[in-house]
Amino acid sequence: MSIYTATAAVPGAAARTGTRTTRVIGVLALVTTAFVVVSAFFLTPADSVQGDSVRIMYAHVPTAWVAYLAFITTAVASGFSLARRHRTLGFDRVAGASGEVGVLFMAMTLLTGSLWGRLTWGTFWQWDPRLTTTLFLFITYVGYLAVRRIDTDPRQRARRSAVIALLAVLEIPLVHFSVVLWRSLHQEASVLSPDGDVRLDDLMLFTLFAGVAAFTLIFAWLVIHRQRLTALADIRQTVGLDAAIALRRSETSGVVK
Amino acid sequence: MNVALSIARKDLQIEWRTRMLLARVVPFALLVMVLFAVALDSEPLVLRAAAGLVWLAMLFSTMLVVQRAFDIETADAAIDTLLACAVHPARVFFGKALALFVQLFALVVVLVTAAIVLYGVTVSGSRVVLLVTVVISATSGLALVGTLYGAVVANMNGRDSLLPLLALPVLAPLLIGASRATEAAFGSQTIDMANGWAWVGLLGVYGIVFGAAGSAAFSPLTESDS
Repeated sequence: MSIYTATAAVPGAAARTGTRTTRVIGVLALVTTAFVVVSAFFLTPADSVQGDSVRIMYAHVPTAWVAYLAFITTAVASGFSLARRHRTLGFDRVAGASGEVGVLFMAMTLLTGSLWGRLTWGTFWQWDPRLTTTLFLFITYVGYLAVRRIDTDPRQRARRSAVIALLAVLEIPLVHFSVVLWRSLHQEASVLSPDGDVRLDDLMLFTLFAGVAAFTLIFAWLVIHRQRLTALADIRQTVGLDAAIALRRSETSGVVK
Repeated sequence: MNVALSIARKDLQIEWRTRMLLARVVPFALLVMVLFAVALDSEPLVLRAAAGLVWLAMLFSTMLVVQRAFDIETADAAIDTLLACAVHPARVFFGKALALFVQLFALVVVLVTAAIVLYGVTVSGSRVVLLVTVVISATSGLALVGTLYGAVVANMNGRDSLLPLLALPVLAPLLIGASRATEAAFGSQTIDMANGWAWVGLLGVYGIVFGAAGSAAFSPLTESDS
């Protein structure tokens, strides 16, 4: 926490959000990502049915995993933020940072998924329960971020966005169940089952797990930096206000007519 | 529970005196129904889509009614005064949801009538029972979710655009369930009555979940910072 107090004491001083821990996480993320890129493109074989398009999986599955991890983190942090709402905004910052990263990764999931769908199914989109639920979830968190951007009292915003994040968790099973029921009523035969038919050899599986590890590290790195940045921005706002008030006071006391 | 009833009565009295529902929301909803028919430009298609169109028009109109229901509370910090009277927030929630339910119920009656007159939908025999049950359960869900999300965006800048962005994805299961069940009640070829009743079950679960969530969340949502 020393960087916050240092910045608070010296307005305008250069503040950094990196620490030894984040540097270690960053380096690990770079190394694993490099391995995944090399392995996904050059070392792993093409699939017998899907050909080279199976390589999208090494990005698609990890982004989906990180998006869900991010939304769970947002929900848990929001729960704590509501339970301790009279103390600090720390949990609220973590929830917000994680929500932002989650939306980013879910957008990548939808993008890589629809590219893969175009190659494998022949269409960018299918009204499959999992896809539809993911899309609704994505829009829900876009709304969550819209509320977080509103310029209002930080504590009120923290409470309301925490409620939205917890309601979103409630929404997932309801949306999923209703879409499953909806599709089961008039399901048309599809060329390939949504899961495709992928047999994974050992290296493919290892690359997939390495991808999950790499994206999780990137997630952690981004969230830590983002929430520290928000904390600094909050401090800057408070310090800036104090400085402005002090300036006005000195103006009026200095002027004698 | 008397407190909830008084709050509902207060909201309905304000509505009765200003007649916002009659003057603006009902014409808007009917306009939407007419525009759907114009856009689809085919009588069989409109008949096939009638159930979904009724509920889509309901969803859009709900946004307007909810907006209004919370504008009257945030004007002059009326809701703070209400909560300062040691009224439990959950009762305020159910009171406002009840008032919303009554208004939305009146609206859906108009829209179903419009579907019968404009789209040529027919309802008869045992299908009437299904239709009434669907309308009551789906309108309860709309009122509960509307009240909950109305409180989420109450008093915020840009709440007019935030409310649909936040509430409509949450209302997606309700839209699916209410449309399919109403389709069955309208005598559709694709969905039989048994499936229609299965959807009513989903609407019931939906209402219970959001009723519980709303009564729990209303306290942190309406908390004042002063």
